[in-house]
Formats: sequence, structure tokens, C-alpha cells
Amino acid sequence: MAVEYALKKGMHLMKLRIKFNKYGPVRFIGHLDVMRFFQKAIRRADIDVAYSQGFSPHQIMSFAQPLSVGLTSNGEYMDVEVHSIVSCEDVKNRLNAVSVPGIEVLSVKVLPENAENAMASVAAASYTVRFREGREPKLNITEALPAFLAKDNILYNKETKKGIRELDLKQGIYELSYRNNCFHMLVDASSAGNIKPGQIIEALLKEHGEELQENALLITREDTFLNLGTEDDRKLVPLDEIGMFV
Amino acid sequence: MNEIKLALSDDILMKIEKPARYIGNEYNSVVKDKSKINVRFAMCFPDVYEIGMSHLGIQILYDMFNSMEDVWCERVYSPCLDLDKIMREEKIPLFALESQDPVKDFDFMGITIQYEMCYTNILQMLDLAQFPLLASERGEEHPIVIGGGPCTYNPEPLADFFDIFYIGEGETRYEDLISVYKECKSQKLGREEFLRRAARIPGMYVPRFYDVFYNEDNTIKAFLPNEKGIPMSITKEVEMDVTNTYYPMKPVVPYIKVTQDRVVLEIQRGCIRGCRFCQAGQLYRPVRERDVETLKRYALEMLKNTGHEEISLSSLSSSDYSKLPELIDFLIDECGKKHINISLPSLRIDAFSLDVMSKVQDVKKSSLTFAPEAGSQRLRNVINKGLTEEVILKGSALAFEGGWTRVKLYFMLGLPTETEEDIRGIAELSNKIAATFFDVVPKEKRVNGKVQIVTSTSFFVPKPFTPFQWAPQCTKEQFLEKAYQTKKAITEQLNQKSIKYNWHEADVSVLEGVLARGDRRLSKVLLKVYEKGCFYDAWSEYFHNDKWMEAFEECGIDPDFYTVRERSLDEIFPWDFINAGVTKEFLQREWLKAQREEISENCKKKCQGCGAARFGGGICFEERDASYEAEN
Repeated sequence: MAVEYALKKGMHLMKLRIKFNKYGPVRFIGHLDVMRFFQKAIRRADIDVAYSQGFSPHQIMSFAQPLSVGLTSNGEYMDVEVHSIVSCEDVKNRLNAVSVPGIEVLSVKVLPENAENAMASVAAASYTVRFREGREPKLNITEALPAFLAKDNILYNKETKKGIRELDLKQGIYELSYRNNCFHMLVDASSAGNIKPGQIIEALLKEHGEELQENALLITREDTFLNLGTEDDRKLVPLDEIGMFV
Repeated sequence: MNEIKLALSDDILMKIEKPARYIGNEYNSVVKDKSKINVRFAMCFPDVYEIGMSHLGIQILYDMFNSMEDVWCERVYSPCLDLDKIMREEKIPLFALESQDPVKDFDFMGITIQYEMCYTNILQMLDLAQFPLLASERGEEHPIVIGGGPCTYNPEPLADFFDIFYIGEGETRYEDLISVYKECKSQKLGREEFLRRAARIPGMYVPRFYDVFYNEDNTIKAFLPNEKGIPMSITKEVEMDVTNTYYPMKPVVPYIKVTQDRVVLEIQRGCIRGCRFCQAGQLYRPVRERDVETLKRYALEMLKNTGHEEISLSSLSSSDYSKLPELIDFLIDECGKKHINISLPSLRIDAFSLDVMSKVQDVKKSSLTFAPEAGSQRLRNVINKGLTEEVILKGSALAFEGGWTRVKLYFMLGLPTETEEDIRGIAELSNKIAATFFDVVPKEKRVNGKVQIVTSTSFFVPKPFTPFQWAPQCTKEQFLEKAYQTKKAITEQLNQKSIKYNWHEADVSVLEGVLARGDRRLSKVLLKVYEKGCFYDAWSEYFHNDKWMEAFEECGIDPDFYTVRERSLDEIFPWDFINAGVTKEFLQREWLKAQREEISENCKKKCQGCGAARFGGGICFEERDASYEAEN
């Protein structure tokens, strides 16, 4: 049954957390353009979205974690503030009716009032990673992985504007396995310790004297997580676990 | 998940800048079932995606073609230099965005020709499509290459590269053309016969059926059809019912930010002001207004269908649209509720427009624009620009009182009869506007205590179908001297610290002038300069004047022939075979009046007998109003 959540003026707004995927040609659209896409889609869908105050009001929107150009995803999130909705299902259907091939809203939930915004909440992300055909390394990954994971440090040289900085990836790798020619990983995605899947694979290959070929990886972000536990005792749940359907 | 096919590999897309330019799939882009399509039309814009996607004309034609059931129209833009290089190296053919299919699979390659400096990009597109550049070398397997847009009013410099030019507004004759094409295709009559039949459709110019004969001094002796049944002259096509015609209710919404990232509402076509330098003002006669109720409906529907956060009115002179206040009130009302911005270009600065602008924009952040075009009243009379100093100063005073502190002024240098005094007038007018600010705004109310006047000059380029088509153009040296004089005069003003001066490149203006009034002989120069690696000439960083000069030299063509020469009144021009509505007699009358510094009234006040009445509608048949506001 549809529930009307119209809020009176002056009352606080309702925050929605929207989960969507990204695949096909639109994987070549950058993060800012995905934002622009949703701003326009929200207007096309006639969602009762909230605007900021001031002379050039904009929709109040927050994205969880920018997805690099070229990656696909099954677990992107954004938050949008609205004045009212008919139901979560209705928002989802309206958005999907005005979307493009390759961007599909998977779920819409209402967040609790005190929830942190999507961007600040991100603690981890899961990925699946394959090699492109013809760009697989010589290394037998299944054999090499246990020793790699047993190391105390996994060092990676990150190129920054200021030069090369050495990172230790070890602390940020929460899960890493390789089966059916596919890496499955759960890694730190917080703003302080974000790890890119390619960095891990590069480090692994380098151990064995191999270079990662250019554009060798097909990467899909499977989901994005927040931490309900503590720094030491993590309890990672998908970003919209804390929301509810109405 | 069905993978949608892309013309470019992931490796390429990951390497190039803004890959989103090349993947299609934008919201509202039209994808049809190829098996049900009879005619495929590739609509090409010879510049980058961001510019091409901002063009209303393309959106109108895209909508029109795709409303035909068995026609599929797709878009193509010039690949940028990074991708251009890869496509040449890897022999990837130019492709259309929607299907990602090569343009060589299409029936038509339509190219819009908006400005002279994109001519080499047309060659780039033909080349990347892997077609012979010369129309005479293309065969049955190649699409028909058809050009349209404002530059086709003198198509001659491009004559060797095109099969057909469509002269005039696109809404009227494409259906006829497509049906002739289908007939020829089904009967396998071949390319030449199709072109022959196309040449008989009104508005279609097929250059191969015309020969040019020259005098010894390289002026034209005669321009004649070389076959029976080919018309002597071609009358431009005009859509007389602008309310009941094609208009794109579902414009394509780009992913990346483009130049015009908004809904565009064309409120009228044509302009009542006969500014003598302005080509658009002559080409789009007669003035035709769209019905205001229709426009209101369009605005709401297009906003809903795109999700754009801005709407812009489009016309050559919006203030002259008779229902403007009603339309703007409606938009302010509707858009305010939905947080949609309204952008109002080409408004005359007066109490009404200032009131409207203060409602739709942030006064502190926006600037006012005046286009006096010339520095003195004398020269403004020569160019028939009715705007007076009094009106500009009055408008500025009102604006300053209303809180504006920034004014942009546009002028042209090198107009016919211009003297040093006229140039000094540019500086003096800029100074007076600054002084007005200090007069009308008391010290305590001045934001930052400052006013900012930005004075810009462009160099005047005489264009076909204007009264100045006979006028000599300045040389590069003269242009630069004039810019120097302007700069010097500005530094001598009392308020010079409030005035910022910008001027354009002179090289490009000279070349634009060559191509604008050029003839068929220039096709070989274009070919030569393209072979030297020139394209994207409209982008100053890729423009190589030295290569152009080499190309002229190697072809034995003197660019000055097209620019600095004053043409005699009886000279046959390369574009004379086109009937644009305005007659040569009218233009000549205006040219002589200009030299006598006499003005001509605008169309709303008094008919000047330009010839556009032949189209049987628009303002030519409305009642005149002798008291109509003369300024612009």
C-alpha cells in the first residue's frame, strides 16, 4: 500500500539512499557526469526532491564513492533529500522509466534521521576482477596467493603528483580469493585508506617479477559497505542496510 | 545484460579524453530496428561534440528525420585530435553515435556548415569516413554527401566536395528528397540520375550540373547549368508556418557538459532590424513568430522530457517578439516552482528587460550586454544600427541603479567608411558608461566601489547577401592598426582603469573573409591546406596561418582578390545564382544608402521592399506601426 510521507514546511526532509548499477557503454561516463545524469533524471521522474537555499539552488545529493571511468558496478549508492514520496518502490520505478541502458536503480530506501551521508559512510568495497583475454599473466595465481596473503606487509608504490609514495596495502585487504579465473576482494574504501583493486594485483605480479599489462583488468564493483562495528572489530554491511523500505 | 556494441575498443576509450563523446546512448537518442529502415541518414557536425550537441538546427532535423518511419537519422561529430590520430593509424572508419556503424553504411552523409573556419573539418570527416574527398571521385558505394546551414548561401568554395547543397530551412524539402532517393534506389537508377532528379527539387543545388566561366581578371563571366532541365537559379527554402512544423519535444540529453546544456525555445525566425553587416538578418527574412501558446506548451514538455535545469529563448532579437512579456511571465511562474533557470540572450536593455533580468538572474554576478557595433553615431547610421548613445547611457544608468556593475560592449573594427574618430568613439563611449556609474551610484552604495566595462572588438568580415557584400575588407595590418588605436584611445580615457579591452585574432578574420565571399577555385586551396594537416581551424591553438598562406601560394591564388578588392556594382558574385528572397537591387540600395549615412527603418515600422514578401507570409503581411521602438 502506498504511504504518503508529505512533510510540512519547516519540518526536516526525508533522506533516500538509492542503489544503482552501471554497466555497458555508460561505464565510460565519469563520476561528475553520473551526478549530472541523476540530477536530470530526478527532474524527469518528477520526484519531490529538496533544493538547497540561495540564488542558485541545487538538489541535495551525496554520492558514496566515485567509480573510475571504465569500471562497471553492481553496487553504487547516492543519497537524495526529498520532501515526500509515494513509496520507495514508486521512486525506483519512476527513475528507471527515465533512465538509460546501463544505469538501473536497484533499490530505494529511507534512511534514519541521524544517518551519516553516503560519502562519509563508506568503509569498504567488494570487487570482482578478471584479466582481459590475452592479457593474463604467466603467474599461477592460485598457487601464489596463499604466500602473498601471509606476508606481513604488501608494499605498493603509488605515483602521486609529489612523487612516489610507498603504501602498505596489507591492512586494507579484508578478503582476497581467486576462483574461476576471477579475483574476489573486499578492501578498504574509506577516504583515508582507499585501495584500488589494480594496486593489489600489480603488487602480486611484481612479487613474481611480472608487470601488469596496460588496461589488463576488467573490474566490477560488487557492493559498497559501511561499518556498523568498530575500527578493530568490523561489521561491514551494504550501504543501504541501515535504510528501510516504505 | 546485453552488451551494446561500440565502434571503439575499450583500450581506445580508456586512452582518449572524454570517451563519453563517442559512445552514444544518451537519453532521448533514437535507436531504430535496422531491418525496418529504408534510408539511413548520418547528420554530421564538423566540430567537437560539445559544440555540435548545442546546435538547435540539428536537433530539429534529427527529430524530423526520425519521425519518418523508414528513415533513421543518427549523429556524428568531428573526432578530437587524440582520437583522430588513432582512427587514422588503426584505419577505424568514422562512425555514427547511435548504431556505432560506419558512415559508409549510410545512404546520406548530411553535413551542417555553420561557419567558414570549419570547412577543413568537413574534409576531416569525409577523410575519416574513408571517402574520396572530391564528389567527382565518389561512386555508387558511397553515401550522398549533402550540405546545409548558413554557409550554403555561398557554397562555392566547397562545391567540389559536395553532391548536393540544401539551400534554406530544412523543414520543407527533405521528405521530397528522400522520396526521390527511394524511387531511384528501388529502380537502381544510380547516383548520377538521382542527383539529376534531386537538382529539380526546389532548394537543391547540385554543383556538378553547373559550370562557371571566368573573366580574365578572375571575376565571374557566367554561371550556367550544363544540362537541360537544371534550374538557372535556386530559391531558398522557407518554412512559412513556424508554429505547425517540426520541433524536437525530446531533445537528446548529453552526459557530458556541452556548450548549451539547456532547453532551447526558438520563439521566432528572422529579424526586423536591417543591420547592414549582419548576414543572418537578411538570410532569415521574413520574420515569422511562433504562437505563444504553442511555445508555452513546448517549454513545459521539453523541460519534462529532458530534466534540464535551464531554458533559454532563442531568436536574433528577442525583444522584438510581440508576446515576449506574456511568455516571460509564464516562464518565471512555471520555472520558479521547479528551480529552473531562465536565460534571456539578445534582449534590448530597457526598463522592461532589466526588471525581467533582475527576477531571473543574480544581479551581482551577471553582466549587461550592449552591442553598439560602432563607436560613433555616424558609423552606426552607416551600418543601420539604430542604437543611440542616449539609449545606451539611459539603459546603463537604469542598470547601475538596479545593482548591476558589469557591462559588456561589443564593437566591430574595419567597418566601411570607418575613421580614426569612429575608433576613438569606442573608447569614449566606454568611458561615458563608466562615468555614468559614478554619477548615478552614490559612493556608499558602490559594490567594491567599482564598475567593470569589458569592451570587445571583432574585425568586420563582409558577408554575401548583405549590403556590404560589395565592400572591401581590411588587411591584417589595417586590422591590427585599428586594434592598436582602440587600445591607445582607451588608455587615454579618464576611467580607463574601469575598462578592459579585448580584441580578436586578425589572421582568422582575413581567412574567414576569403572563404565567405570565395568562389569555386578555392576548393583546391582547401584540399591543399587539409593535405598539409590543417583542420580545427576554428580553434586558435590548431590554426596555422602560415600553412594557409603556403596553400594559396602553391595554388596560384591570391587571397586579397576575395577580401581587399572593392567590387563593382555590376559584378557577378559566386552566390548570385541563389535567390535568398532579398533582391540584389535592395542590397545595392542599402549599400548606397550606407555610403550616404542614411538609415532604413525596421520591418515593423516600414517595409523597405527587400523582396522577402515573395514568400507570402510573416511580417511582410502584417500591419506596420510607425511608432515602433526604433532602438536595438
